Amino acid sequence: MNLVTAFLSGLLFGAGLILSGMSNPAKVLAFLDLAGTWDPSLLFVMVGAILVAALAFRFARTRMRPLFGSHIHVPGAGRIDIPLVLGSTVFGIGWGLVGYCPGPALTALAVGGRSTLLFVAAMVAGMAIFEVVQRMRASYAARPRVAAGRPGD
Amino acid sequence: MHIDWLHFTPWDSLAGGILIGLATALLLLANGRVAGISGILGGLLRPASGDIAWRLCFVLGLFLAPLVWLAMRAMPPAQIDHSPAMLAAGGLLVGIGTRFGSGCTSGHGVCGIARLSPRSLLATACFMAAGFITVFVVRHVLGH
Repeated sequence: MNLVTAFLSGLLFGAGLILSGMSNPAKVLAFLDLAGTWDPSLLFVMVGAILVAALAFRFARTRMRPLFGSHIHVPGAGRIDIPLVLGSTVFGIGWGLVGYCPGPALTALAVGGRSTLLFVAAMVAGMAIFEVVQRMRASYAARPRVAAGRPGD
Repeated sequence: MHIDWLHFTPWDSLAGGILIGLATALLLLANGRVAGISGILGGLLRPASGDIAWRLCFVLGLFLAPLVWLAMRAMPPAQIDHSPAMLAAGGLLVGIGTRFGSGCTSGHGVCGIARLSPRSLLATACFMAAGFITVFVVRHVLGH
């Protein structure tokens, strides 16, 4: 049952992106182009989505567990750190170059032709690079420290 | 500042935003998961038992959304005219950036702001500012 709700949520999310115009990169770029003829539509998408989501998160706080699952996974109050700032900035540059962020790119994949396919392939490759870096960092942190002894010990 | 009144779609965009909010509410209250697309997709690259199927189902829903939409009504126009190099560079930056930054427009911009998370507010400010500056440089400095 939780798979059905995940599927329906994806379907609804995609329909929202299509209706709002956000699956069209040209419209997103028109929002980001403050110095050109500006299309403020994306602001309205954000307001609608944030208001409904805020109600849902408030309601979720009063519940111990979701309908289908053991607990509600909400990110904790993590630290503000360099990866957060640099990563988000790098994401914003890529977003500004093409006009796709991950949701609209996946939603447009079936109808967007070769351009969308190339973007999504590169995006997944970028995510894979992150996984490789994370694994390298984990194995570096777990390395045996036999060679660390100082001379004269 | 000139507003593009011709392409401005306040009601459709607001209604679309509400649908996105409802999708977020469904995933949160039914599955106990935050609808951050980059996190859901990125999690598929790190297989953990019992954590794959719901991600696949969500991504499948996103993928099929335009096909279901097309069965009922016409798609709004979409336009993408970038060189392959630009598409590849943009995709790579979006993939790497969203994973290191722990989220994208949905995870930080919608869910994080809805929870008033300081991390997400800062992340959203960063990617919005970077997006504005990038488009300014590409269109008005480089003249593409």
